[in-house]
Amino acid sequence: MTVESTAARKPRRSSTGGGKRASARKPAPQKSTEPELIQLLTPEGKRVEDAKNAVYDAYVADITAEELRGLYRDMVLTRRFDAEATALQRQGELGLWASLLGQEAAQIGSGRATRDDDYVFPTYREHGVAWCRGVDPTNLLGMFRGVNNGGWDPNSNNFHLYTIVIGSQTLHATGYAMGVAKDGADSAVIAYFGDGASSQGDVAESFTFSAVYNAPVVFFCQNNQWAISEPTEKQTRVPLYQRAQGFGFPGVRVDGNDVLACLAVTKWALERARNGEGPALIEAFTYRMGAHTTSDDPTKYRNDDERVAWEAKDPILRLRAYLESEGHADEGFFAELDDESEALGKRVREVVRAMPDPDLMAIFENIYADGHALVDEERAQFAAYQASFADAPAAGEVK
Amino acid sequence: MAVQKLPIAKAINESLRTALENDPKVLIMGEDVGKLGGVFRVTDGLQKDFGEERVIDTPLAESGIVGTAIGLALRGYRPVVEIQFDGFVFPAYDQIVTQLAKMHARALGKIKMPVVIRIPYGGGIGAVEHHSESPETLFAHVAGLKVVSPSNSADAYWMMQQAIQSDDPVIFFEPKRRYWDKGEVDKEAIPGPLHKATVAREGTDLTLAAYGPMVKVCLEAAAAAEEEGKSLEVVDLRSMSPVDFDSVQASVEKTRRLVVVHEAPVFLGTGAEIAARITERCFYHLEAPVLRVGGYHAPYPPARLEEEYLPGLDRVLDAVDRSLAY
Ligand SMILES: Cc1ncc(C[n+]2csc(CCOP(=O)(O)OP(=O)(O)O)c2C)c(N)n1
Repeated sequence: MTVESTAARKPRRSSTGGGKRASARKPAPQKSTEPELIQLLTPEGKRVEDAKNAVYDAYVADITAEELRGLYRDMVLTRRFDAEATALQRQGELGLWASLLGQEAAQIGSGRATRDDDYVFPTYREHGVAWCRGVDPTNLLGMFRGVNNGGWDPNSNNFHLYTIVIGSQTLHATGYAMGVAKDGADSAVIAYFGDGASSQGDVAESFTFSAVYNAPVVFFCQNNQWAISEPTEKQTRVPLYQRAQGFGFPGVRVDGNDVLACLAVTKWALERARNGEGPALIEAFTYRMGAHTTSDDPTKYRNDDERVAWEAKDPILRLRAYLESEGHADEGFFAELDDESEALGKRVREVVRAMPDPDLMAIFENIYADGHALVDEERAQFAAYQASFADAPAAGEVK
Repeated sequence: MAVQKLPIAKAINESLRTALENDPKVLIMGEDVGKLGGVFRVTDGLQKDFGEERVIDTPLAESGIVGTAIGLALRGYRPVVEIQFDGFVFPAYDQIVTQLAKMHARALGKIKMPVVIRIPYGGGIGAVEHHSESPETLFAHVAGLKVVSPSNSADAYWMMQQAIQSDDPVIFFEPKRRYWDKGEVDKEAIPGPLHKATVAREGTDLTLAAYGPMVKVCLEAAAAAEEEGKSLEVVDLRSMSPVDFDSVQASVEKTRRLVVVHEAPVFLGTGAEIAARITERCFYHLEAPVLRVGGYHAPYPPARLEEEYLPGLDRVLDAVDRSLAY
């Protein structure tokens, strides 16, 4: 549709010239053909069962009440962790924080779809996915506090380091997946990125490579509607999930605020990958309820109405409504979870406040695996310089 | 009123505004430069006043930003693009190095590349990875590019005007941790040439050469040294490609000692080039080897260590003492 209309409007050289041409050439607004959105749970918490969902429904058909409570617990605790980190930034304990508020369902649904032997490549906001992978959430805070540039061993939970340069990790995920395929293993890889990232060359190249080599990688794009101040329309003229088609693999748009749908669609995509059917793109249609990061001021570029509209689609409320209407959870469960949330918040607070500043010599650590003469020389100079201060501890002395 | 007191960020903003007013071919492009006015608000209000056709919010794609700026320049525009942070210029590095820098030469001088690439750079703001780097050497090493960095508001205003008027590509490094430092800007002054160094403080015992964020540190060091009876001259290089070696030489012939200071790693940095050239030019004048103070051969460290990594007053004065001890 859009592709054709663009081709038809291919600009020809006009003899009229003039400075107004640029605006006359603006693409016509897209037809509001709402793309298909896979949704299994409505914002009111009602289960959706229709034909177009059937293939995905199958992946959650036998989900138990306990598993549903588990998803709810994951989302609540992740939100609590995120709120605590935001508060800690305000208190000056963290230099920066990128909140996931509003994106819990996309992250928990997709994260819980992964298997232990799968490998996850996050961007910098995937705190909920990290949670699902068993990464201690306090590990995520080191880089935001400024005590390290990573903070965990990626191999201990098959959860790669956060990547700040937009889009880079999609290629790493693709390469990793190519390796999985070469090894004949049946695990899969999932790469997270945002709608803004979809504009990067690296992301397009990862689509190309994964398709050409049939790599077992799932691209999970959280379209939270904004890339800092720029709306998705500043990145694309077609719905993002449709990009996949041009590269030769399927794309699906899922309701990113519906944890059940995110779980089902991601399971579907990971299973395809495991079965040797190659990559898939999932666009989780969601919303960043907070600021881009704690340094950002969203009032500069968006209005409150939008947020209010999305609040009605809150991922946590809708699952709660479902749990309650089905009698899957009682008051005791929610009360216990409240206590657990508070305990998590407290632990995070304590751990962060107690996080020591790194040792000065850390500047020179882990630069090369095999060592390097220049680093050795500079390390020695630095140590001598530090020792030259009268009040500084001498080398070897404990502070 | 010709003379105003402006922070560096605002001086650049006003310079861009002047350029947009004076030349309909000037365009501003980049991520978040429009409605938000950039993450540092350097382009604040420009889209409101000049419209989306001239102040363009681009897709999140640095190679795309620079690559299309090249095309716009080929078509007669003068794009001024913003790379949001130093560490994010690398997706565009290919376009800058393989295309932008070489276009004029490859076209036998028949086409011009009036593209300005603005990059907020350097550390000291407590940021996360990729937000504090000083990659200027990587650009200065490439023939076809000009590389500059102002250290104060007046230079920020005027050097931006000159960079935009230049028919060559200019990589314009903005010292982000000085964005909020205020200084006087005389909009009716006649500025010196873009690539000429200036003497920011006169002295007789030793020359400190620096640019961008380190000029302030050197001025503070000179003030501190004065209390100990030492007279330091501070040369603000302003341009890393070309470097105004004549001005540095003139200063060193007077003071006979030189310490070069920058945030970027010392190894193969701008200081290395200056040390080599000045040694060559001033061998018989020098009382001490040219010393360098700068970053280490290490990735930019996490924020809690950056004060140790960045050259500060102590490290500069330490080098001054070492030089004077010869
Ligand atoms: C290559 C690169 N350019 C610019 C930035 C600065 N930046 C950080 S986040 C961001 C927006 C990202 O938007 P999106 O991909 O939609 O992800 P979201 O933050 O919304 O999850 C930008 C421009 C960056 N980190 N990397």
